[in-house]
Amino acid sequence: MNWITNYVRPRINSIFSRREVPENLWSKCKECGTMLFHRELKDNLNVCTQCDHHMAISPRDRFLALFDGGIFVEIDVPTPIADPLQFKDQKKYPERMKAAQKKTGEAEAMLVAEGEIGRTPIVACAQDFSFMGGSMSMYVGNAIVAAAERAVELKRPLVLFSAAGGARMQEGILGLMQMPRTTIAVQMLKEAGLPYIVVLTHPTTGGVTASYAMLGDVQIAEPNALIGFAGARVIEQTIREKLPEGFQRAEYLLDHGMLDRVTKRTDMRNELITIVRMLMDMPPAIVGDLPAPGAVEEAAPAEAEEPAEDAKA
Amino acid sequence: MTNYLDFEKPLAEIEGKAEELRSMARQNEEMDVADEAAALDRKAGELLEELYENLTPWRKCQVARHPDRPHCQDYIEALFTEFTPLAGDRNFADDHAVMGGLARFNDQPVVVIGQEKGNNTKSRIERNFGMARPEGYRKAIRLMEMADKFNLPIITLVDTPGAYPGKGAEERGQSEAIARSTEKCLQVGVPVISVIIGEGGSGGAVALATANKLAMLEHSVYSVITPEGCASILWKNSDKMREAAEALRLTAADLLQLGVVDRSIREPKGGAHRGAEDAIKAVGSAISEMLKDVEGMDRQQVINARRQKFMSMGSKGLAA
Repeated sequence: MNWITNYVRPRINSIFSRREVPENLWSKCKECGTMLFHRELKDNLNVCTQCDHHMAISPRDRFLALFDGGIFVEIDVPTPIADPLQFKDQKKYPERMKAAQKKTGEAEAMLVAEGEIGRTPIVACAQDFSFMGGSMSMYVGNAIVAAAERAVELKRPLVLFSAAGGARMQEGILGLMQMPRTTIAVQMLKEAGLPYIVVLTHPTTGGVTASYAMLGDVQIAEPNALIGFAGARVIEQTIREKLPEGFQRAEYLLDHGMLDRVTKRTDMRNELITIVRMLMDMPPAIVGDLPAPGAVEEAAPAEAEEPAEDAKA
Repeated sequence: MTNYLDFEKPLAEIEGKAEELRSMARQNEEMDVADEAAALDRKAGELLEELYENLTPWRKCQVARHPDRPHCQDYIEALFTEFTPLAGDRNFADDHAVMGGLARFNDQPVVVIGQEKGNNTKSRIERNFGMARPEGYRKAIRLMEMADKFNLPIITLVDTPGAYPGKGAEERGQSEAIARSTEKCLQVGVPVISVIIGEGGSGGAVALATANKLAMLEHSVYSVITPEGCASILWKNSDKMREAAEALRLTAADLLQLGVVDRSIREPKGGAHRGAEDAIKAVGSAISEMLKDVEGMDRQQVINARRQKFMSMGSKGLAA
């Protein structure tokens, strides 16, 4: 025991540990094997810079890149009754929920927000596949209903990014009942004459494709996204033959007339702006870098307030 | 010959013995077996009653899938008059897993649509075991549109393991067809009355069961996934279907409590397959009553009531 072990070493340790080192500075692309630097990957929206393979992106990161200046306001979603069936498999449902919340840092599998894209006001929802497979729960149903109601209230289009394995089994029939519930949400938009754009991301299957994810005015998919109703394994077992290459992938669906477009994630924002502005009968978007909306709006009231205070004094 | 389910084995033994006694008596006129056989019959009857009073969720799945259970066609033939089948989706094909058309129910013209599983090898293959392809749902959509145009109530009979998982079905937009069918159920300005008569298999059932009023036969099931499928995903073992069936809450009694179905229809002793006539009659009177429930509503009221029902669904859970 001396001053080196008591004082110097802890100081040295703390200097080094204070530097935040992300766990994985490099990630490997599953498709082409290229090692990608984390910042470069993030800047490219989790799309491989070598082979364009689209990796998963969290709803929050997607919104940060989608909305002007990364600014959006989350829309409150009514919390449904927890664990309505008191479901238990090998684990209890509340335990699975807690684990998913811890893993993702989100409350549930869908994020709803309002904001502007290219100065075009929209409401958006994004589903989180890493949260219990993105599964459609009562919360997810409530989220879509809340998004549609808000869009109708603000007379804005709704852009929805889907990613899910289907309805949440742990909520049984109540998960399944989100098929009609979300369909009603889509009908609300339709009745209000508002565009509903669906962006299908990898993977979107089951009851989700069989409801709100297939009812868009415009259906866009990210490249190579798996989209379908039944799982490929189930189909192979049923028909006892090998499925063709690319079966149930975005490009395959496009070929079969089930989608309007397949668009790269890096081009998606501009495409959404273009489409939404035409459907909303707005003038073309201004191309080029605009200041973040906050920068302009914050400056204006500050100027206005100052003379008012002078007048009072 | 009766098709016994695995849990009916003790019953099969007793009924087999009674039958054996009677056939012996037929060959040998001196034997008097009437008393003994009657005692066995009584015993079998008691056992049957006991078995069916306490069916576990998994056993209900088995009963719901029983091959001798009355199917859609049986109900249509018995309960409707002037049934005029209408075919095709005007697009690709006629799907025999979904049957439907114009008919009269208590003399009132209606559109009836249902999934038919078939009752022998040939018809089962023709009907694709009640698993519809996109064309089936698109036929249903077309018939619902016609009902809406001519202001005819829609009656649907649901009995499907699920939508068909096939290559062509996927290529032709199985999920879109189901989504549009559910959408149509919610759009029409005429009442939709639905009865789950056997299996209500996931999205394939929702497409026809999104109704103003939904009834379920006592031993039928309605579920987000089959117990086998659920077990293989959550338990990683498809043999755990009993546990999965328990956890999924797929019985009529549970769904009534959850507010997903409006009424449960009592089945005759030993299930609908042991008393088809009575089961069909009970379904008929349930349909009459449900039609009365929605009588006098105008088109907008019909749409609003249906929406309201689904929007408030699930707010209580099982605890309520």
